[in-house]
Amino acid sequence: MAKRIDVSGLNAYYGSFRAIEDISMTIEPRSVTAFIGPSGCGKSTFLRTLNRMHEVTSGGRVEGKVMLDDEDLYGAGVDPVAVRREVGMVFQRPNPFPTMSIFDNVAAGLKLNGNYKKSELSDIVEKSLKGANLWDEVKDRLNKPGSGLSGGQQQRLCIARAIAIEPNVLLMDEPCSALDPISTLAIEDLIGQLKERFTIVIVTHNMQQAARVSDRTAFFNLAAVGQPGKLIEIDETERIFSNPSVQATEDYISGRFG
Amino acid sequence: MDTSTQNITTQPVPPPADAEQKRAARGATRPGDRIFLGLSRGSGIFLLVIMAAIAVFLTLRAANAISKDEGNFLTTFDWNPTANPPVFGIAVLAFGTVVSSIIAMAIAVPVSVGIALFITHYAPRKLGGPIAYVIDLLAAVPSIVYGLWGALFLVPHMDGLYGWLDDYLGWTGIFEWQGGAARSLFTVGILLAVMILPIITNVSREVFRQVPQMHEEAALALGATRWEVIRMAVLPFGRSGIISASMLGLGRALGETMAVAMVLSPSFDITASLLDPGGGTFAQNIASKFNEATEIGRDALIASGLVLFVITLLVNGAARLIIARRKEFSGANA
Amino acid sequence: MSNATLSGKRPSSLRGATLPKWFPWAVAAGSIALGLGISAAAGLDSSIQWALIAALLFVLGSYGIAARVEGPRQAKDRVATSLVWVAFILAVAPLASLIYETIKRGVKVLDGYFLSHSMGIIADSEPGGGIYHAILGTLEQVGLATLISVPIGVLTAIYLVEYGRGKLAKAVTFFVDVMTGIPSIVAGLFILSLWIITLGMGYSGFAGSMALTILMLPVVVRSTEEMLKLVPNELREASLALGVPKWRTILKVVLPTAIGGITTGVMLAVARIAGETAPVLLLVWVTPLINSNPFKDPQASLPVYIYLQYANSGGQGPGYDRAWAAALVLIAFIMILNLAARGIARWKAPKTGR
Repeated sequence: MAKRIDVSGLNAYYGSFRAIEDISMTIEPRSVTAFIGPSGCGKSTFLRTLNRMHEVTSGGRVEGKVMLDDEDLYGAGVDPVAVRREVGMVFQRPNPFPTMSIFDNVAAGLKLNGNYKKSELSDIVEKSLKGANLWDEVKDRLNKPGSGLSGGQQQRLCIARAIAIEPNVLLMDEPCSALDPISTLAIEDLIGQLKERFTIVIVTHNMQQAARVSDRTAFFNLAAVGQPGKLIEIDETERIFSNPSVQATEDYISGRFG
Repeated sequence: MDTSTQNITTQPVPPPADAEQKRAARGATRPGDRIFLGLSRGSGIFLLVIMAAIAVFLTLRAANAISKDEGNFLTTFDWNPTANPPVFGIAVLAFGTVVSSIIAMAIAVPVSVGIALFITHYAPRKLGGPIAYVIDLLAAVPSIVYGLWGALFLVPHMDGLYGWLDDYLGWTGIFEWQGGAARSLFTVGILLAVMILPIITNVSREVFRQVPQMHEEAALALGATRWEVIRMAVLPFGRSGIISASMLGLGRALGETMAVAMVLSPSFDITASLLDPGGGTFAQNIASKFNEATEIGRDALIASGLVLFVITLLVNGAARLIIARRKEFSGANA
Repeated sequence: MSNATLSGKRPSSLRGATLPKWFPWAVAAGSIALGLGISAAAGLDSSIQWALIAALLFVLGSYGIAARVEGPRQAKDRVATSLVWVAFILAVAPLASLIYETIKRGVKVLDGYFLSHSMGIIADSEPGGGIYHAILGTLEQVGLATLISVPIGVLTAIYLVEYGRGKLAKAVTFFVDVMTGIPSIVAGLFILSLWIITLGMGYSGFAGSMALTILMLPVVVRSTEEMLKLVPNELREASLALGVPKWRTILKVVLPTAIGGITTGVMLAVARIAGETAPVLLLVWVTPLINSNPFKDPQASLPVYIYLQYANSGGQGPGYDRAWAAALVLIAFIMILNLAARGIARWKAPKTGR
């Protein structure tokens, strides 16, 4: 089910401000692609253009093409709701629905599409929670509110919620930045497992994390504050971290700025 | 923190309560501080005294009236305090107050929630602000003006709707219409709905605006339509807020006086049909009967006012309680 | 087009059938036309009726068509959207009508003479007369209420924010909330039983002012409290660190910083009580003559004037026109107060540290 993403000539705006400029890249299926770069370089904005979440923010606007296999997400007549069903997302801060139980949180996306039998629903919920390495921790309290879990558990709950609807792509926007090291490790392990089934794109501030989990890494940068962010280069993670082709990448990775 | 040499009241963070009191006592050593603290604390106490006085004086007059009442104060269908012996009861008023408020709530709550959603989630950003502003202003229109509008514009325009209700729902008995002027509890309910719309809308709007962006985004990222986002993230989060907003509106509707007095054609009986003129509410009855009341008559009206006071206290108290709970809830989650 | 992309168990369908953008407008126009048509055919003359029919048709129509073309989820979304729009229109219609009617009918007799003369000996059924006595009465009653409640209210708020955290403060906070919910007629009854029945005083503007004070106090306390809480603690610390006593810090630093917001709150409170009718009717009584002494004898007031002109006119004639004109004056007064208050709030906003 994992699909290839092919971006060409993408610009994203907030009102009249251009946040990212002319980005083209290919994201391979069944692999993890990491976006790194200094704050404000547009990596999160770019991520949100991949499931049409960018236009949710007021004044958000996108130009260019994002091909999911051979369909343009921004083509005429494409329903953003359908896009987000194909391209799931996990956010920076764990955001389970506070008024729903753990079970209902995972089932939330499924229920939108209606007609699942009760047994089917619990099968999928169990499968998704297992897929998110959370099942053993919560199987006895599925009816308790999701907000009662620890931060790391909440984040895995959100991952379970995202994968329950079987998207083709999973976008992760700094999924570990609000978590402690142990929870972070658990999520990183999980990412390694999930890439067997999904195309995964992860934005991270943590370069060690990018090195640990990703197959390919894209480095974003901006010329100055107030300038749009640009893609500097994208390559195999190993190359980026050992022998990048652009000087700025090396400067960033070696900690000279950012 | 102790940058001040003479005064250690500089702590910016509120310390625990007992330390606070000691601090206040120590801080008030110089005369200026003592006087100022005395004045401001006195004002607070004065407020409490007023509340106590309201309860005491209303109860005194009410007790006087009820002791002379030859009817049953709670169940008598009559208001005749000047008769000998005096006979009066609040049954009709209680019924009218409750019925008109229920009608008002049934109309106003869904519509207000709709407008609040419209402002926060549907209207284009440029439109949402001005609309909210206008609704704010409308909350300030005095009830006497609503009453004037209700009596001179709404009442004559209700005939068509009444005829309809009679045609299609007349068989229920509740919506039977004899063809009289539409000065009934039903029209009162509609007018009250219009009057409490702004306050319910404003409070719900604030609540909806506080829904964390991340919950809405979570729903969106699952492929939810706008309505599904509202159902999954906005309404559950705002539910207690909507309830307390409705309670505040209910409190207003229960105590509304002039608009009801101007629209309703009162009578001291309970009609089966909501569309027939007649009935009354606590507040309306006080305003309408007041100028012809004798001493015992005034006390009787005060007694009914006390009942209204207690009811609105309960409703408002419940609303505050819900709001307070919600604060704790969202605080724990933030 | 999805044949080629069938890589998984589910065919890709990003491109569901979508109705064009003008769809809601078309359905709305159709519903209104149909609503009018049905009403005309059935001989219904009430605008409420055809509007209700049109609204119903609009909701059902968008659901039916959308369900067929776009599927049930989108259809539900569209129904929700149209219901929200209907709610908005349902609410705005009566409110717009209220403003429109008041202005249309109010301007008839509204002129300089109307504003500068009392009713005097003119009977309610005769034309002429004015509202000068009522404006004077309202201004005096509201002014007195403001004079009493602003110091008490601001001091109470200062106590709550700057001093109180014990049981007393909790009680005060609670009862301020309770007071907000007191129906105006109950406040009137209280002053009636205390001032007029128990103390044996007569009807006067001041009696009304006391009832208005009860209504105004909690609003002033609440808004002042909010404003004082917005004053940054750094300011207080800076002043205290200079050795300024606490009471002077409050008077010279805290209050001036919050003064814009407090003024706004007070003006909104004034706007709220200026239209109160019930307590004034109970306590001030009424007179057609000018009485400039609020402490003795009945006074007129705008809201009560409106009520009596309406009640004695039977819905037509000069009294009816005067009621609308007075209502227009009252609304204008309140709206101007509101706008000015919000203007001040906006103008002062950056200084309160946000």
